Amino acid sequence: MTAYDVEPGDAVHPGDPVQVDRYTVGARINHWITAVSLVLLALSGLALFHPDLFFLTVLFGGGQNTRAIHPWIGVLLFFSFAGLFIRFWRANLWEHTDNVWLAKLRDVLTGHEERLPEVGKYNAGQKVVFWSMSVLIIVLITSGIVIWDQYFSEYTSLEQKRIAVLTHSITAIIAICVWIVHVYAAIWVRGTIGAMTRGQVTGGWAWRHHRKWLRELVTGKGDRNTTVTPAK
Amino acid sequence: MFPPLPNPTVQPTPAVFGEQDLIRRSASSVPAPARQLTPMAKLIDVSKCIGCKACQAACLEWNDLRQEVGSNVGVYDNPSDLTPDSLTVMRFTEWVNPETQNLEWLIRKDGCMHCADPGCLKACPAPGAIVQYSNGIVDFVHENCIGCGYCIKGCPFNIPRISKVDNKAYKCTLCSDRVAVGQGPACQKACPTQAIVFGTKDDMKKWADARITDLKSRGYKNAGLYDPPGVDGTHVMYVLQHADQPQIYAGLPANPRISLIVEVWKGVTKYAGLAAMAGMAIFGALHYLVTGPNNVSPDEEEKAKHLAGGPAS
Ligand code: HEM
Ligand code: SF4
Repeated sequence: MTAYDVEPGDAVHPGDPVQVDRYTVGARINHWITAVSLVLLALSGLALFHPDLFFLTVLFGGGQNTRAIHPWIGVLLFFSFAGLFIRFWRANLWEHTDNVWLAKLRDVLTGHEERLPEVGKYNAGQKVVFWSMSVLIIVLITSGIVIWDQYFSEYTSLEQKRIAVLTHSITAIIAICVWIVHVYAAIWVRGTIGAMTRGQVTGGWAWRHHRKWLRELVTGKGDRNTTVTPAK
Repeated sequence: MFPPLPNPTVQPTPAVFGEQDLIRRSASSVPAPARQLTPMAKLIDVSKCIGCKACQAACLEWNDLRQEVGSNVGVYDNPSDLTPDSLTVMRFTEWVNPETQNLEWLIRKDGCMHCADPGCLKACPAPGAIVQYSNGIVDFVHENCIGCGYCIKGCPFNIPRISKVDNKAYKCTLCSDRVAVGQGPACQKACPTQAIVFGTKDDMKKWADARITDLKSRGYKNAGLYDPPGVDGTHVMYVLQHADQPQIYAGLPANPRISLIVEVWKGVTKYAGLAAMAGMAIFGALHYLVTGPNNVSPDEEEKAKHLAGGPAS
């Protein structure tokens, strides 16, 4: 049985340096559609969220267009994220070692990865981002449809719409904060961006940050009970 | 009889109020106006209304609107709700007075109340799409409206309606264009029984007092004025035969105020939200400054090579 967190297409290519395939072309396209729609949603939503940000409506051709297009981008995001969810959920299942990793967040932030348990395809931080985005996007699409007055105004009461608009704005803020963490992590941890542009990372990157995954790829097998020892 | 407002001259007259008299402007601020206009109000005496809908017709006429012909839903209300074209609607309630067993036909002219603390304006995200003048008129400025429907969520009376044609919000303007040249609203002009009168808010309250005294002398011991304090009073007021229970008048709220949810949404959420996002970004920047980038070392590349079994270097 292949490791639960080795995804289709993951492979190691010996060389100098070693190259590791991390994301297929399909996964990368899927990711970038999601990323672009999330950014556009944040910009168009924030324009209506705070008067100081209303100027952002010029990016979408004025207030009327911003209001009209935002929910449609939301629909795109929902389906696109659903694609990512289907691809990535298995490798994001929570494990005991994830608790250990989270408990040592200080070592994570100070870059002392040698003090952390070996990590599979995703570390606990990435899993938190994945699962929180999954929940947030479901809440956003649900509350978003309730306040999509152009098509759905007759299906809910005024009070339900008030609750929905408050929920939508708070959830959106949380989603944007999660997004900031996600993007920052990709920038801070050098060598990560290549995973989503070229689809590859170096062997050293995999060794440093996702050693368990690298071992599983090399041995061609692995399972959820692989013994994990703190790296030397 | 309330002394009717004189007919207008046929000469063009300059507007007596405008931009310079704004006290609130949605999603933006206005300089404090140099003068305070006399607060104006429309008084609707429900006890005098005969349900003829002359006001509804006059409203369509003056505002050059056509209500699409609908179908009868079994009650006199026509149309059955406010629409982007019907800015006012008579709501008919058949109510049996439990004390007298009399059937009372309560007819309330529904429409914007021109709240002193307007929830529509508070909720509006588009700068200048909703404005409030110091005479109390709350007006929608359609060029600035983006059609989001937030005003409906903000309004404690469920008044504004979004047009399916141009995606903009519409509601009663209190005939701001007529008031600006010294006229009263069109509905008031058309009302054959003076159930609708218009003037300064003080005069309207005085007139209402006389009406309430009269109603009380006729046995309506709970007659009173509807000028709800929860929204700091309104510039459209009702004289109700049973002011102790406004809800019997087709659901007129007993104590309207801007919903707490809307207050939280437009208050703390807005500031805490910006702070949270900014805080997150600042934390990232500081973290980077302190720790620097998280780089892979050449040694780690070597170890990976060793593990992957590639050619050693
Ligand atoms: C997933 C599907 C989504 C749908 C159907 C949706 C729908 C809506 C709708 C209908 C509105 C009201 C304004 C308008 O009509 O354009 C709105 C506002 C907003 N949306 Fe979304 N949205 C979605 C996702 C998102 C996402 C992912 C974000 C942020 C990352 C977001 C952020 C916002 C914000 C900040 C507002 C303004 C809230 C306020 O005014 O307080 N939305 N959304
Ligand atoms: S009744 Fe509604 S639409 Fe009219 S001023 Fe009050 S909040 Fe605004």
